[in-house]
Amino acid sequence: MEKQTQQTPLLKVHDLVKTFPIRGGLFGKKVGEVRAVDQVSFDVYQGETLGLVGESGCGKSTTGRTILRLYEPTSGEVEFEGKSLLKLSQEEMRQARRDLQMVFQDPFASLNPRKKISDILEEPLIVHGIGNDKERKEQVLELLQVVGLDKHHASRYPHQFSGGQRQRIGIARALSTKPKLIVADEPVSALDVSIQSQVLNLMEDLQEQFGLTYIFIAHDLSVVKHISDRVGVMYLGRMVELADRDELYDNPLHPYTQALLSAVPIPDPEAKRERIILQGDVPSPENPPQGCAFHPRCPYVMDVCKKERPAFVDKGNRHFVACHLIQ
Amino acid sequence: MSPLLLCGRNVEGLSTFEVAENDMQTDTAKVEIQPNHVEDEKPWKEFMRAFIRHRSALIGSIIILLLILIAILAPVLTSYEYSARSDDLNQAPSAEHWFGTDEMGRDVFTRVIYGARISLWVGFFAVTGSIVFGSFLGLIAGFYGGWRDTIISRFFDILLAFPGILLAIAIVTILGPGLNNALIAIAIINIPTFGRLMRSSVLRVKEEDFILAARAIGMKNSRILFHHILPNCWTPIMVQGTLSFATAVIEAAALGFLGLGAQPPEPEWGTMLSDSRPFIQTAPWTMIFPGLAIMLTVLGFNLLGDGLRDIFDPRMKQ
Repeated sequence: MEKQTQQTPLLKVHDLVKTFPIRGGLFGKKVGEVRAVDQVSFDVYQGETLGLVGESGCGKSTTGRTILRLYEPTSGEVEFEGKSLLKLSQEEMRQARRDLQMVFQDPFASLNPRKKISDILEEPLIVHGIGNDKERKEQVLELLQVVGLDKHHASRYPHQFSGGQRQRIGIARALSTKPKLIVADEPVSALDVSIQSQVLNLMEDLQEQFGLTYIFIAHDLSVVKHISDRVGVMYLGRMVELADRDELYDNPLHPYTQALLSAVPIPDPEAKRERIILQGDVPSPENPPQGCAFHPRCPYVMDVCKKERPAFVDKGNRHFVACHLIQ
Repeated sequence: MSPLLLCGRNVEGLSTFEVAENDMQTDTAKVEIQPNHVEDEKPWKEFMRAFIRHRSALIGSIIILLLILIAILAPVLTSYEYSARSDDLNQAPSAEHWFGTDEMGRDVFTRVIYGARISLWVGFFAVTGSIVFGSFLGLIAGFYGGWRDTIISRFFDILLAFPGILLAIAIVTILGPGLNNALIAIAIINIPTFGRLMRSSVLRVKEEDFILAARAIGMKNSRILFHHILPNCWTPIMVQGTLSFATAVIEAAALGFLGLGAQPPEPEWGTMLSDSRPFIQTAPWTMIFPGLAIMLTVLGFNLLGDGLRDIFDPRMKQ
């Protein structure tokens, strides 16, 4: 699955920050803030799948949504095809969404329960003024076939489908405007394992067929390994490691990645492996630790980790890591 | 090897398999499980089934339908004019005058059935008016929030600070007595009910994933509001609208009773009750029948409203 990646990136994310205010007190004064995404930088290349992994609450989904300006970023830069997305006006951004689509985690909540499947799939076309009435109807039927559903499903409502079928509808909706980039926010986490593989394979086939680029957000490491070309690991709103898939899984450099990977079950009852058990809990993003966010739980913690935030730098072989251990 | 890789990756094969399974289901369904087969059922069919199964909703709607029929067919059902006087004053019910006559010799039955026209008319337009204005304000407050929400919500609070009927009296006093002014007053005092209901529904619905999805697709706010948020907020409004219809009928009667609503000789039920006060002991039928008419109307709408609430409540669904 080696893809040509030595080119200009389709999407450049630089020092992206998203904070949410915490309001409290009598008059809803701002009493603090949650740094959900904290200076995240990465590039996404045409035709590849970038996996984003991390525990719940580490900011993966927020990163995805902030890139698409579903949440307005606090600071940082997002460039798509060389143009800054953050400088676009509301209306320009709305039009740009034609190229940037999203697949949601919950296949039950992400479809309007009062709309027929045909309406759900036709709507993006109407919104972006694609085709006339007849062409749109044809395209809806085509989309259904592309994602492995049947024509007669078009007149049904979302509640008449299973989770896997609904996720196919969600994917078809994202595909309808022929986007270049799809942010898939845990698209298979809500599905049974057997259905997961079907949806993942569908996404891979569609990627080949339409030359799509994915940002694939997940917490399941085996899912990410299966689908990604490169993988980024997030912890407490920060990107701690980013490398090619095989490089990351075979040679994890960051202590957090090492601990995370040691938690992947091996489908062999005889296999023995040392598990790295982390101590303590994930700190609150409201009050992240000084220096490296991981230092309170890191088995190799040094003095410098408590004071200085490690830079996110290339250690060679396009393997980025933010850790003081690796110099 | 990851467990995922063990699963087959044949998308084409999968879809044909699913289609085959669906065909099989429809075949067996025809034979045995017809009633439970909801594959292609439209939402309104589902609703109709629940509606017919719900006894009070059914009874309520029958009462309302009868009332509407009576109101429409009033000229056919009686041979008297509602304002025609006769010399038979305060006569007890008889074959000639089913509900008796009032102090001016008018046929009470005729006046009661013509009164249904007035009450339904007032109820319908007052409730429609409050729904339109209340929902619009609630929609703006809930969707945009911020200063718009503050202003609109405080406006609702001000309206709610006064007892409804007192506020209605004040409004009618300003506008002048009369049926249409009573209607406007009733519509105004019910605005906050619908406004708050809509606002809370919008606040709930706008956090749903499908609204985020609509935004991600690139929809304009206006389309999100009217195509996605509004259709998902109607249910509580419909239930409240039915219940408010009942209160509106009572409020119209109350204003009529106080002489602020429909003016004589209009056959308004509240006005009739008021006129019958001196004759409660000598001619009780002049009071009983308009009173019964109000009670039946209110009962019908309350039964229907409670029924709709049960039917729409997701917790009641099996």
